[in-house]
Amino acid sequence: MNAPDTLRTTAAEVASHETQAVSGYNFAYLDEQTKRMLRRALLKAVAVPGYQVPFASREMPLPYGWGTGGIQVTAAIIGAKDTLKVIDQGSDDTTNAVNIRRFFARTTGVATTRRTSEASIVQTRHRIPESPLTDKQILVYQVPMPEPLFRLEPRVAECKKLHALADYGLISVKLYEDIVQHGSIATTYDYPVTVNGRYLTSPSPIPKFDNPKLHMNAALQLFGAGRERRIYAMPPYTPVKSLDFDDHPFEVERWDECCALCGSRESFLDEMIVDDSGKRMFVCSDSDYCHERREDIDARATNESGENA
Amino acid sequence: MYVAVKGGERAIEASWRLLDEARRGDTRVPELSVAQIREQMRLAVARVMAEGSVYDEELAALAIKQAAGDLVEAIFLLRAWRTTLPRFGYTQPVETENMVVERRISATFKDVPGGQVLGATYDYTQRLLDFALLAEADDAANSALLAPRATPPEEPMPRVLSLLDKEGLIEQETCSPEAREPGDLSREPLAFPADRTVRLQNLARGDEGFLLAMGYATQRGYAHSHPFAGEIRFGSVSVEMVLDELDEAVEIGEIELTECQMINQFAGAKDVPPKFTQGYGLAFGHSERKAMAMALVDRALRAEELGETIASPTQDIEFMLSHSDNVEASGFVQHLKLPHYVDFQSELELVRRLRAQHEENADAGAPNKEAA
Repeated sequence: MNAPDTLRTTAAEVASHETQAVSGYNFAYLDEQTKRMLRRALLKAVAVPGYQVPFASREMPLPYGWGTGGIQVTAAIIGAKDTLKVIDQGSDDTTNAVNIRRFFARTTGVATTRRTSEASIVQTRHRIPESPLTDKQILVYQVPMPEPLFRLEPRVAECKKLHALADYGLISVKLYEDIVQHGSIATTYDYPVTVNGRYLTSPSPIPKFDNPKLHMNAALQLFGAGRERRIYAMPPYTPVKSLDFDDHPFEVERWDECCALCGSRESFLDEMIVDDSGKRMFVCSDSDYCHERREDIDARATNESGENA
Repeated sequence: MYVAVKGGERAIEASWRLLDEARRGDTRVPELSVAQIREQMRLAVARVMAEGSVYDEELAALAIKQAAGDLVEAIFLLRAWRTTLPRFGYTQPVETENMVVERRISATFKDVPGGQVLGATYDYTQRLLDFALLAEADDAANSALLAPRATPPEEPMPRVLSLLDKEGLIEQETCSPEAREPGDLSREPLAFPADRTVRLQNLARGDEGFLLAMGYATQRGYAHSHPFAGEIRFGSVSVEMVLDELDEAVEIGEIELTECQMINQFAGAKDVPPKFTQGYGLAFGHSERKAMAMALVDRALRAEELGETIASPTQDIEFMLSHSDNVEASGFVQHLKLPHYVDFQSELELVRRLRAQHEENADAGAPNKEAA
C-alpha cells in the first residue's frame, strides 16, 4: 500500500510522475514532510492500539468536519499502485464521497473503484462495508470526535488523565443510567469500545450494527480526526469489545423488513420515505454489497433459465 | 425511486457552474478585478490575511473575489493554499518599536513622545452614508485625493508601555535567554496546557467575531478585567531573516501590522507589589478591532498564571483556544449538512423500540394500578 516508491520519491520526481493529475501540487496534495509526520503518528497509533496520537493536522481543501482527518491519513499512505474506494453512509454515490474520491483521483491519479473487494484502501464515513475485508486492505475512518468521553468530560486535558489511568468509570455510569431510564443502553452509533483490553475508543459514528466487524478484523483500521488533531488505529486481528454489562449484553439493531432491492436480511438498512402518505422503503446502506447481490441473483436467474431451455 | 443518492457527480459539476454564475452576477455590470479588491477593500484583505495566516494581499484579494465576499470562506481558501507551502524557516522577531507609523494613539496619556497620530480612521466619521459614493466616481474630480499628503512623522515613537516600564509600574516582558523557542501552531498540534506563545498564535489567527464577543464579555464582568488602551499603532515594519549562506539578518520585505497593548490592573500577590499587567494583540494589516479584542482576551487567559480566580469561560484556556478558529468552527457546524442517514436510522430504530416498550408498560401497568 504504502508503496516504497512513494517513500523514496522526492517531490520533483513525483511531479513528473505520469499519474500526476493536477500540476502545481505534490502527489496526494500534501508535501512529503507532512506525510512523514503523519506516518510517524500512524506508526505510533498502530503500536498502541486505540490510543489517540496527537498530530499536526493541516488545513485541507475540504472543510473541517467533512473528512479532513481521513483524507490526511489516506494521503499519507496512498501510493501510485493503490486502488481507492470512498464511501459515505455506505454509499459510493453520496456527494461527499464523490468529492473525496475525485480529490484523490485529481491529486494522485490512482485507480478508484466502487467494488469493496477491488480496493486496497477504503476511506469511509459512518459505515464498515458489509463484505469482510482482507489483510491486504486498509480501512480509513473519518472521525468527527475521537474522544469517547467528550460528552461526559469536554476538557481534553482531563480526558487525557482518565485515559492514562484507564479510569473509565464515567462511561459505565452513563450506560447504567441509560438502562435505568430506558431499560436498555440508548447509544446507537459511535458506541464506545475497548481496544486490545486497554484504551476506551470511539469507533467513529458507525452504527453499533457495525461494531462486531471491528473485532479481529483482518484489515488494518486507521482513524483520522483532522479538526481534533488525533490519529488512532486498530491493527489487524485486534480484539475490540463493545462496552456492556453481564446482564445487559451488547446487541445490534435488527429490522423486520428486508432490503427492497436485493432482499438481504443481514445488512444495515436505510429507510426512505417514498410518497406523501409516508410509505416506507428499506434499502441496503452499503450500495456495493447490494449491487453485487443483485448481480448474483440476476446471474443465477439467467443460468437457471439457460438450463431449463 | 433510488435516485436520491445517485448522480452525485453530475450534481456537483452543475453546482460548480451555478456557483460561477452566481458569483459573477449580472454580466452587464463590469467584472470586479483582484487589483480593485486589493486597493479598495483593504480592510477585508487585512482580515483575510490575518485569519488566513498568510501575508499576501493579492492572494487574499483573489480569495475574496472567489468567495464572492464571504470572508470566512476566503480565509479558508487561503489556509488551504497555505498548507501546501514548504516551511523555509523563521524570521527574526519584528520590531514594532521601529514601525513606520501611520496611526498611533494612546488612551492613557494626553501626550506621549512621538505624539498622537490619528491617521486614517472611521472613528470620527459620524457614520453618515456618503451618497456621493453612489455615483460612478471620477478620481480626477476628487480633489481630496490630490491634496498633498502629510509625511509620516520621523521622530522615534517609543512604546507607551516602555515609559511605564521605567518606573517599574508594569510587569516586565523581556525575553529570557533560557526561554524555549516558541511553538509553531501550524506545525504542532494544539496541546493543553498551552503557554502564552501558543495562545497568542491561536488568537492571532482566531475569528474576529469570536474574539470581539469574548473580549466584550470580559468588559461586562465575565473576567476580572479593567483595561486601558495603552497604545494602538498601525504601520509597516521590516521583516528580517537570517540566511544561512550570509550568516546575518537580511531584510526580506515589509508588512503592515496593527498592534495593541492593553494595560490592566493587577492587585498583586503576597510576594508581588501591585502593578499593571498587559494584554497583547497583533494582526496583519489595519485591524484595530481584532487587535484590541485579542488583547482583552489574551489578558483574560492569563488569569491562571497571575493567580486570579477563574470564573468565566473567557478565562478558560481550553475553551477559548478550542473554539476560536473559524475554519474549524465553520466546517464542523456546516458538516451537519452532510448525510447522516445511517446514524439517524439507528436513532429511529431506538426511539421506535423505546416507544413500543413504553406503550407495553403503560398497557400492562394500567389495570395493575386500578387493582392497587
